[in-house]
Amino acid sequence: MSTATTPTAAEAELAVQQRQAPVRSQGYWAGVWKRVRRDPVTIACALLLLLMLLAIVFAPLLAPHDPYQGSMIRRLRGIGTPNYPLGTDELGRDIVTRLLYGGRLSWFMGIVPVALAFVIGTTLGVTAGFMGGKVNMAIMRVTDVFYAFPSVLLAVAISGALGAGIFNAILSLTLVFVPQIIRVAESVTQGVRNLDFVDAARASGASGFTIVRVHVLGNVLGPIFVYATGLISVCMILSSGLSFLGLGTKPPEPEWGLMLNTLRTAIYVQPWVAVLPGACIFVTSICFNLLSDGLRQAMDVKG
Amino acid sequence: MILYLLRRVVYAVPIALAVGFVCFMLVQIAPGDPINAIVPPDAPADVVEQVRKDYGLDKPLPVQFGLWLSKVVVGDLGRSLATGRPVWADLRSAIGNTLTLAFCASGLGFILGCILGGLAGTFRGSVLDRGAVGIAVAGVSVPHYWLGMVLVVIFSVQLNWLPAMGAGPGGSSDWGWDWEHIKHLVLPAITLSVIPMGIVTRTVRGIVAEIMNQEFITALRGKGMTRGGVFRHVVKNAAPNALAVMGLQLGYLMGGSILVETVFSWPGTGLLLNSAIFQRDLPVLQGTILVLAMFFVALNLLVDLVQTALDPRIKRA
Repeated sequence: MSTATTPTAAEAELAVQQRQAPVRSQGYWAGVWKRVRRDPVTIACALLLLLMLLAIVFAPLLAPHDPYQGSMIRRLRGIGTPNYPLGTDELGRDIVTRLLYGGRLSWFMGIVPVALAFVIGTTLGVTAGFMGGKVNMAIMRVTDVFYAFPSVLLAVAISGALGAGIFNAILSLTLVFVPQIIRVAESVTQGVRNLDFVDAARASGASGFTIVRVHVLGNVLGPIFVYATGLISVCMILSSGLSFLGLGTKPPEPEWGLMLNTLRTAIYVQPWVAVLPGACIFVTSICFNLLSDGLRQAMDVKG
Repeated sequence: MILYLLRRVVYAVPIALAVGFVCFMLVQIAPGDPINAIVPPDAPADVVEQVRKDYGLDKPLPVQFGLWLSKVVVGDLGRSLATGRPVWADLRSAIGNTLTLAFCASGLGFILGCILGGLAGTFRGSVLDRGAVGIAVAGVSVPHYWLGMVLVVIFSVQLNWLPAMGAGPGGSSDWGWDWEHIKHLVLPAITLSVIPMGIVTRTVRGIVAEIMNQEFITALRGKGMTRGGVFRHVVKNAAPNALAVMGLQLGYLMGGSILVETVFSWPGTGLLLNSAIFQRDLPVLQGTILVLAMFFVALNLLVDLVQTALDPRIKRA
């Protein structure tokens, strides 16, 4: 009892350490999660995206009609038509069904190019940043060339030359994003490369590959990942834009950008039905953007 | 500084060459024989062979690039497959229209972005700030081709205030600064301005917030300077970066207007590209992309030079 009321200096220090212990043992990701949990906007966006993902994955169960089967006598019905709550398109196909199925391709084309670019760009960017010298020169100068094109123009140029098709669209979009990710990866890797622990690892005989795998990647993947999530929104707008131009997805495949294109002729007949696919793109893109912003803040990534 | 400027100009040359090479390669990566990009598909075989020789398409790729480049630098971008006219003839009027649209849109976006970003940066954390940030996020997330459609639905279809298509009365593609033409410009310019508006808002908000936190602002306030006086100092410090962002945005709009031009049938480079894609008219596609990309390279250079000239702190030479 007496020790509790008059603690020695050592005991006091121990008590302070114990009090701090649970905070210190908390990992980096636990801290990130704690900050995300306090951010209602990020949580709401994540939930909304999850809901959309579930809806498009289970589209065959949820969709009330067939996505390809239209009817000439039911063309371009308005919002609120019995059985067709959001109306029908120019071929009499149910809009709800088309939106559900269309989300699959739109999400696919929004995420796959970014994922591919993430893998390729991180590999090249980390290599350039870590090796330095001539390798850096070679990779970064080629990157500069692609930076000299506005991204929409580059995507349209490559897709336009290769011709319409999902594969070509993914190829061109990947090419648009690879240089951007290379730049980020290169600059964060350079920041890590000269830190003390990398020097220490090298001094204790670790090979370059081991240093990259163990010490560099763990420190650079986070910032690159956050940057890449921010690109998903751009990618979705661009890929839908390519479909809107007649590149990318081909009819009768349901895809939001393509639906927007084919319904464009109907804006004098059913204006509010015609703009629905675009609203889906907008909501998805803004959610991805806000989610990326939230992650950036929670993970304390600069830039 | 002169040395830096010179070095920057010289560095733009290999970039421009490489951009030219990428544009040259566009026809090469296109499926099928590149000869199909020059002669119409129904040309007889001996004519095709003759053209192949004339154009040097039987020579190795680097030689072909040299030949192509020597033509391009004197303004010969080839002939359109669809119309048979020189590409440059169609491109010239289209560039004028795209520039008009891009200038108005980026100007509008810049002004709105500076107002929103400036207010948000000054009153950081306030309701005003949240609103401005929200508008900025919406601006960069919106598919602008869709926004164009929505504006057409509201202002052309429902209210019938503004025309939905074209650049002038009767579908004329010649631009003039009269009321009839300006009416056609309003919707496309607003549509195209949302992206630079969002980006400029974000940038200016960041810059202003950073400047407002610096000690010299506190010092200026402390010595009793009026709000207007402090404002002038903030503007002077924020201007180089804000202008640089804007300059690049103008370049992005030149290339990015293809979607908006398609929605509004605006007779610019975007519409030209769109019809070229539709008809697989590769010379027009290649020429348009080349000119737009070169414009972007030049603009990048110009932005760098102006920024260096405006900001005395940059002494990178």
